[in-house]
Amino acid sequence: MTDSIIELDNLRRSFVVRAKKSGLRRARREVHAVDGITASVSTGEAVGYIGANGAGKSTTIKMLTGILVPSSGRVRTCGYEPVPQRRTLAREIGVVFGQRSQLWWDLPLRESFDILAAIHRLPAEAAGPRIDQLIDGLQLEAFLSTPVRQLSLGERMRGEVAAALVHRPRLLILDEPTIGLDMISKERLRQFLIAERAEEGTTLLLTTHDMSDIERLCDRVLVVDHGKLAYDGTLPGLARRVALQRVLVVDLAEPQPPVQVPSADNIASELNGARQSFAFAPDTTTAAMVLAEVSALAEVRDLTLTEPAIEDIVRTLYHRAS
Amino acid sequence: MTYRSSFWINTVNSFFSGILEFVETYVLLTNTPTLGGLNFAQASLVFGLANLGWSLADLVFGQSDNIPRYIREGKLEAFLVRPMPLLAQMITSDFQLRRLGRAFLGLVIAVIVLFWVHLDFNVATIYLLITTPLYGAAIYGALFVLAGGLQFWIVDGSEFTNSFVYGGSYAGHLPGSALLLPLRVFFTFVFPVTVTAYVPCLIMLGMPGPAWLPAWLGWLPPVFAAWTWLLAAVVWRRGVRHYTGAGG
Repeated sequence: MTDSIIELDNLRRSFVVRAKKSGLRRARREVHAVDGITASVSTGEAVGYIGANGAGKSTTIKMLTGILVPSSGRVRTCGYEPVPQRRTLAREIGVVFGQRSQLWWDLPLRESFDILAAIHRLPAEAAGPRIDQLIDGLQLEAFLSTPVRQLSLGERMRGEVAAALVHRPRLLILDEPTIGLDMISKERLRQFLIAERAEEGTTLLLTTHDMSDIERLCDRVLVVDHGKLAYDGTLPGLARRVALQRVLVVDLAEPQPPVQVPSADNIASELNGARQSFAFAPDTTTAAMVLAEVSALAEVRDLTLTEPAIEDIVRTLYHRAS
Repeated sequence: MTYRSSFWINTVNSFFSGILEFVETYVLLTNTPTLGGLNFAQASLVFGLANLGWSLADLVFGQSDNIPRYIREGKLEAFLVRPMPLLAQMITSDFQLRRLGRAFLGLVIAVIVLFWVHLDFNVATIYLLITTPLYGAAIYGALFVLAGGLQFWIVDGSEFTNSFVYGGSYAGHLPGSALLLPLRVFFTFVFPVTVTAYVPCLIMLGMPGPAWLPAWLGWLPPVFAAWTWLLAAVVWRRGVRHYTGAGG
């Protein structure tokens, strides 16, 4: 067996969509959700898998985990063929679907973990300490005995991640783990994942709409668009090809003519200059630095920070390529 | 046991819906002295045994014909990434103890009827009394799984599958001789629900069977159970394969 934990070779998957047309006629249309992706992920890597909605991320993940059969091409996860060897594979991977729950809705969180340990046939002396370790790492004590249906989204998501890790999988697949979470919950989750990977050497595949997830967690990025791989490489490499600029929007106490600062570009001035936007590259400066420079020149009342949207990144990738 | 009051309401509810079905048979029989050649007590024995088998099957496999709901909620995907057979997870995910009410009713009716109907308690009768509900449960359980398997194709097909799961159970609660001949053949040799109570009762009561339904078939529930499970297993496996092939 090679060193790679995920191998995709010209992977394709199409769906037949029957759209209702006028009367009884129905149009039959084939949609190529994944259209020839070749990639491999080595053991221990942390890979971000990004793309716009409908680009084919979830379909790829379903094929990796044995939920869907590829239309053509080859997929190997942990050395197994996912669909025929689904149950063997399930012992080695942990999966979190951000939009779906793995937990038992009516049961306290703690019981979900115990059930999962039983499903994975973990001996009690191994399961107990592992669950305690996860409870500690993800700070779950406070709501361990609360039924899952009463948890907040952030609490539930931490529970989901713990549930996926009970059996110490070699590969952790997270599909939109931070969607809908507030900054603090996101950061807690990221810190935990970093620690967990340092300790267990778990390989991580993550889909997300949040570029900070990628920055904090991943060494490598795959960008998928319309079922095809648009970029495969490091995040700094991606940054060199497209502008991964962030924008700091500040509301000033008094309207001002456009304020110029050394580390960022003033890209917009609205409301007669009461709201101004500064674009900066996060690898050369920080938001705090830009804010300090602006504050030195004008009184800042409020601020927001926006991330580059995946859609914009993909669009610029294509402009460069053509 | 998370929703205690809901549990009791549901248990009582399923108990009474069972009673209602029994009353139906009662009303039928008070207006016509015999139903398919059986008197009230004998028909009650059929009802009791079928009901016990059916409620045991419902207790275990009752949620496997809820596939569209599992697909819509994304639970099926969660099940698929766990190292356990899908059907086993489906059974354990939502083990509805409230259905015990129904099973309890089935047992009560069966026991009451035993004091009422005059049976010759020899070894054969006792064997049949014990095994009939068990094989009945196996046959009805297979019908549930079959229905679940079909629902992978027909989303929102529960209306259709209910027609033979619940319709079949209704047919099984009646004396098979009361059914029209084509229905009788269908519910014996395709979905063998008459075998879950009526035919073994014929043996216990020492009666001959109607056309196409000889009483000696009452010794063969294991064969019928094996046949329905074979059918159910094939359809279920193909259903799961259809799902992973066509996506959700």
